[in-house]
Amino acid sequence: MQESVSKLHWEDFAPGRSFEHGPRRIERDEMIAFAAEFDPQPMHLDEAAARSSMLGGLAASGWYACCILMRMCTDAFVLKSTSMGAPGVDEVRWLHPIRPGDELTLRATVLDTRASNSRPDMGFVRFSFELTNRAGVKVLALTTSLMLGRRAPGATAS
Amino acid sequence: MKFFEDIAVGDKIEIGKHTFTAEAIKAFAARFDPQAFHLDEAAAARSHFGALCASGWHTAAMWMRLMVDHHRREDEARKGRGEPVAVLGPSPGFRELKWVRPVYVGDTISYATEILETRASATRPQWGLMTIRNTGVNQKGELVISFVSVAFVARRSAA
Repeated sequence: MQESVSKLHWEDFAPGRSFEHGPRRIERDEMIAFAAEFDPQPMHLDEAAARSSMLGGLAASGWYACCILMRMCTDAFVLKSTSMGAPGVDEVRWLHPIRPGDELTLRATVLDTRASNSRPDMGFVRFSFELTNRAGVKVLALTTSLMLGRRAPGATAS
Repeated sequence: MKFFEDIAVGDKIEIGKHTFTAEAIKAFAARFDPQAFHLDEAAAARSHFGALCASGWHTAAMWMRLMVDHHRREDEARKGRGEPVAVLGPSPGFRELKWVRPVYVGDTISYATEILETRASATRPQWGLMTIRNTGVNQKGELVISFVSVAFVARRSAA
């Protein structure tokens, strides 16, 4: 398949390589709709209630922030890659409230890579992901490994 | 929500269950994680997952929804007994999230939360912090998701 040849494979993710994407604007309606469906706490739904909360005003659910990051990753490079998903997430830090109208930029940086011991057709790429707002404030930091198909399958560990 | 002082390490609560439909899996994926194995049955069948499965973020977000619903039910019961209700604050983050197994169409995931640790906030005297392990198990009893999160909980002295 011609398409699979041009895709980003595990081998293409060298440590230090980075991708940028955005900015993406946080739309108030979508932010609140997400909260209504998945995280219906007053600080994510209602301006007046949010003002008296620790967040000091209406702020996005942290899960919405993760979902926005995921979508920005898929738009930036995941859909152009041999992605096989992710086994999990090492760490997420919700560093600063995300407000309606914020414009967020994604930076994804490859930390390190390793072959899979059990699957010669794939490898792991560990990334540091960051979302930053227009003011330059980091709002979300996430570290995780993605599973990617290899261009040249390796040997299995015997 | 219980007050910080009333939360005991080791407490485990079943917060609820949710069945993932093909429609909901695809709708979520179209918005946030449009990879073929979350969107399209035929493509998913050809993938290493073998069948359409939910975005891991969908599985995680549903934990949050059930957690909020659980606390809301508890709070209604407390108010009915004339007891004060504590505020659940925001979360600084989570760690060690593992998507152990895929969540396939029709799977019913039962979520639970266990208190691992409690500590007073060093900088916010009205708040404590709880560290919790959150898990989801499918209808076959297999673990599908696990993560450790931290959240602020109001202290009784603040009420």
